[in-house]
Amino acid sequence: MNKVQDIVHPGDSVRILPGHVSHGRFERVLRAGHFAVTTEIAPPDSCDPEEVLKRARVFDGYVDAINATDGSGAHCHMSSLAVCAILTRFGYSPIIQISCRDRNRIAIQGDLLGAAALGVCNALSLTGDDVTAGDHPDAKPVFDLDSVSLLQTLKILRDEKRFLSGRPLESAPDLFLGSTINPFVPPVRNRVDQLAKKIEAGAQYIQSQYCFDIEMLKSFMKRAVDDGLTQNCFILIGVGVLASARTARWLRENVPGVHIPDIIISRLEGAEDQKTEGRNICVELMQQIKEIVGVSGIHVMAYRQEKYVAEVVRKSGVLAGRQPWAFNRLENDLRNK
Amino acid sequence: MYQVRLWTNRHARAMERLYNIFNPIILRLLRGTSKIFGHSLDKPVTLIEKATKSLFFDCQMCGNCVLSKTGMSCPMNCPKTIRNGPCGGVRANGMCEVKPKMRCVWVDAWEGSAKMKYGDEIKQVQFSVDHRQSGLSSWLKAARDE
Ligand code: SF4
Repeated sequence: MNKVQDIVHPGDSVRILPGHVSHGRFERVLRAGHFAVTTEIAPPDSCDPEEVLKRARVFDGYVDAINATDGSGAHCHMSSLAVCAILTRFGYSPIIQISCRDRNRIAIQGDLLGAAALGVCNALSLTGDDVTAGDHPDAKPVFDLDSVSLLQTLKILRDEKRFLSGRPLESAPDLFLGSTINPFVPPVRNRVDQLAKKIEAGAQYIQSQYCFDIEMLKSFMKRAVDDGLTQNCFILIGVGVLASARTARWLRENVPGVHIPDIIISRLEGAEDQKTEGRNICVELMQQIKEIVGVSGIHVMAYRQEKYVAEVVRKSGVLAGRQPWAFNRLENDLRNK
Repeated sequence: MYQVRLWTNRHARAMERLYNIFNPIILRLLRGTSKIFGHSLDKPVTLIEKATKSLFFDCQMCGNCVLSKTGMSCPMNCPKTIRNGPCGGVRANGMCEVKPKMRCVWVDAWEGSAKMKYGDEIKQVQFSVDHRQSGLSSWLKAARDE
């Protein structure tokens, strides 16, 4: 049996550059100046680890990191920590999402130490949807911290090597810290200020909400670049694969914070094959986003469309010939050693 | 009261001016009374604070007051009690994701701050509340901390 020390660090194949805080491949790819691609895994409603692996393998060779969602939409699924722990065992580079909805500062700090112990290198701080959005609306909402104070907390754990209480840690979790931003909903003007606050609190990368409105994104990014915010933080922009005009409408009306302009919906409606058109839209958006100054990567959210992630990434050409880590490749590398 | 709270937020500039006039007076008064009466007046003072701030701001008595740094919009009225908002779920019309009939507390906070002289204080990162202070007077805390 392998010793704990033998766990493969997901970044081992990429060089560490100055300024790194984690062992992770995701941070290395970004710091090397590559255009990064991340995606999201939907945690299963089961306790079968094979299911997690199966869901991750569809992304092999196309993404640099995989977000494990934390009770997204306030629905209960396998925990983000467990999904990450399974993924790190196989060399994947997961991003643990931490929502403030379900746990207080004691639980969160403990989980993050545990995550780092299990080989997780990246954390994403979120406020989280309210309990009323999910299937347990009768639950007690916690919200002890918010996404910004959670970032502060993680930064204290890592950089000051102590708990919030001041009690020292024997070893600190080397986590690459990130958070989210939604430049597409009010107060649009202040979203850049909010980005600045998140960076001040400790965010080193940002994954945005779905972008379907390039003009809004351009003006947001311009202000972020002008304010110097992209110098200390990598910005990854979220894109989505829409299955049909109906799904687009449903998303817009039912999922908080999703902004889809009418023009996208009418384009889907006018298409012969809406499913293919949805993917075309995604590909075009990715290509346009890559050209925007200050953008460091793409975050593909394709809930129930995961099998198309590889296709849209390939067609968009955003990887510019680079091939991210794949499960099999690592196995082969080890065998050839 | 929701309507009054919207009104005070719209008049954040005037409220700020009032705050800057009255805050030092209240604090000086409380420092004086604290010296003479110790903690024996804590209850009535807390009740007065609660009554005033509830009327104008729907104050929840979190005991960690930051009104002057949040455009005179109380963050404890946010269903997620976010201290560095808003969340990413704000509706396109500026209403709250959780309570569609309420304006997002944080959209109001940024708007209120834009009207205020020291409105830039909203850009400071706020840590989460100390729950031990819940129900206690922020005025007394400020008066005694100094
Ligand atoms: S929309 Fe505004 S008030 Fe509602 S939960 Fe989000 S930040 Fe709070």
